[in-house]
Amino acid sequence: MNRIDRKFQELQARKKPAFIPFITAGDPDLQTTKDLILEFEKRGADIIELGIPFSDPIADGPVIQASYYRALMRGTKVAHVLDMVSEVRRRSEIPIVSMVSYSTVFKKGYQVFIENALVAGLDGLTIPDLPVEENHDLFEMAKKNDFKIVCFIAPTTTDHRMAIIAENAQGFLYYISVVGITGVRDALPEDIVQNIRKLKQMTKIPVAVGFGVSTSDHAKMIGTVADGVIVGSAIMREIEKHAKDPAEKLIRYVGEFVGQMISGAKG
Amino acid sequence: MMKTIAQSKTPEGKGMSEGVHLPDKTGHFGCFGGRFVPETIMPALDQLEKAYLEAKEDPSFHAELEYYLREYVGRPSTLYYAERLTKKLGGAKIYLKREDLNHTGAHKINNTIGQVLLALRMGKKRIIAETGAGQHGVATATAAAMFGIECEVYMGEEDIRRQALNVFRMKLLGAKVIPVTSGSRTLKDATNEALRDWMSSVRNTHYIIGSVVGPHPYPMMVRDFQLVIGKEVRKQILEKEQRLPDYLIACVGGGSNSMGLFHPFLEDKEVKMIGVEAGGLGTEIGQHASTLTSGKIGILHGSASYVLQDEDGQTLPVHSISAGLDYPGVGPEHSYLRDIGRAEYVSITDDEAVNAFQECARLEGIIPALEAAHAIAYTMKFAPKISKDKIIVVCLSGSGDKDSFEVAEKLGYKI
Ligand SMILES: Cc1ncc(COP(=O)(O)O)c(C=O)c1O
Repeated sequence: MNRIDRKFQELQARKKPAFIPFITAGDPDLQTTKDLILEFEKRGADIIELGIPFSDPIADGPVIQASYYRALMRGTKVAHVLDMVSEVRRRSEIPIVSMVSYSTVFKKGYQVFIENALVAGLDGLTIPDLPVEENHDLFEMAKKNDFKIVCFIAPTTTDHRMAIIAENAQGFLYYISVVGITGVRDALPEDIVQNIRKLKQMTKIPVAVGFGVSTSDHAKMIGTVADGVIVGSAIMREIEKHAKDPAEKLIRYVGEFVGQMISGAKG
Repeated sequence: MMKTIAQSKTPEGKGMSEGVHLPDKTGHFGCFGGRFVPETIMPALDQLEKAYLEAKEDPSFHAELEYYLREYVGRPSTLYYAERLTKKLGGAKIYLKREDLNHTGAHKINNTIGQVLLALRMGKKRIIAETGAGQHGVATATAAAMFGIECEVYMGEEDIRRQALNVFRMKLLGAKVIPVTSGSRTLKDATNEALRDWMSSVRNTHYIIGSVVGPHPYPMMVRDFQLVIGKEVRKQILEKEQRLPDYLIACVGGGSNSMGLFHPFLEDKEVKMIGVEAGGLGTEIGQHASTLTSGKIGILHGSASYVLQDEDGQTLPVHSISAGLDYPGVGPEHSYLRDIGRAEYVSITDDEAVNAFQECARLEGIIPALEAAHAIAYTMKFAPKISKDKIIVVCLSGSGDKDSFEVAEKLGYKI
């Protein structure tokens, strides 16, 4: 069974939401990324969303854009990211989904990309710029290999599209909390609860919420209505803040921040 | 003119060989095109496509568009026989399609008037756009001012520096110009930022893309609004020469002026088409923007097309002296025409373009936009090689007033 499915089964039995931290691979460097993944696991993170840096991420706000830029400037390549994932696999079974632009997947060829991802030990992908309609073969191949393609639902998604997406979704559904891009926000929109309830009526697969989840209060609120809480920009901002600190210090500070968010989410 | 848009819809199955009736229902031109965007804006693209297809069938929409193109833009633009240029080159007869004579000085306004009318039909309250040279920004700000709708334009900081005059014009027209400081600070990054804005504002905002790029339905819709160029050329050349031209030559940034010129001739096998890209300073990575001549198929800004990327799909840096051609992607329909061999694509360097800019000014009394100067530069190389009984139509996509400072600097003048 895929690590993601196993994890959600386990959490559902314990009636706890999943906490899913996002980090950019290669910011400040891949060694630190690896150590952060292991640190987050120690602190109780359930699934890792690992961002493969991309030059033109249109769904991302300034914080993640800047982290991608730093990672690319350091020469981070897809092959290096996958090597790092294999290293994590020697020590950990934490589920890892990679967020990657379809520009990258397409360039490598989706078959090759998925094969390499499986070998490295990734459990799935989120491809924010790939609507289901554009590549059915990719979804088929993933299904055959029990590799999860996590799909997005936005507040703007129509009922018609919601049904199509729910039908194709694997692993979990990623509900985008805001009409907008990733980023740190003070408040979350009010329609979240209602939209998630609606979504949960349409599908049995777990629903995780991301985009703008910035404080442990946000995490707590989301944790009560959804099956998973995704935090990205707020974590990347902490990493950015401690970029000049020695690695152990950065890992400790960011680890503590993630620990607080986890306590929030899990109540 | 009413037929300009309506005619592009012909029964399926006829003339499919050259792809005249593409894109297909899902927005693909063969393996190019499509929609590669975040879910948040997918519903808006569905809405836009539906609104556009409805407008396309609505005679009152065409009547309104035709009215503004005639009374406000000043269409039809002339097809001018460039006699001195022709004589100097000593080869084929050269005609210039004078898109520089349009209101705001470029072809871009053909598209922005169409899209603002559509935005109003959809009840959107705000317009956003990206701009490189500033011509599309000015054309958008102009249409927005004329129809009284709020307008914000994203522009890379580097382009703001290169095109200060257009920045001022947009401000005069009441638009807000938002500087983009990410990435290379040029057109690609302005496009990213406009898309990000749209991600947040999609419920009340229409995004006017300035070329035949982006997710479906943009490549089709922008093309349709630019078809007026080629339709007029067809009529004008038949009046003047009683036959079709042998060659069509136009510059290719995103590819809208060239597609507007080429498309109405796709089924006329005897008419050859040449798209001219920016060769910049040379063939090394980062020195040029020759997407079709040296790129590979990939995904950028919502569609599959030729693109300049590295092996991980990261967008490569590009360069051109002409801000309007300084873009690492190209419209998917051009990629399709290239692959089926219907159009040919070549490139012209910065220096060749600057030389053509001056030659055109001296020989014809027309200062062309640097973008259009690329098309003229290629014509200057090409025309002498073909016989005098051949006819070339070059799209003079815009006026060079905006480029005077840039060229003066390059030539060492102080203004
Ligand atoms: C005068 C002029 N010509 C050509 C272009 C290139 O665009 P396209 O290839 O879409 O015609 C621009 C873009 O800004 C322009 O201003």
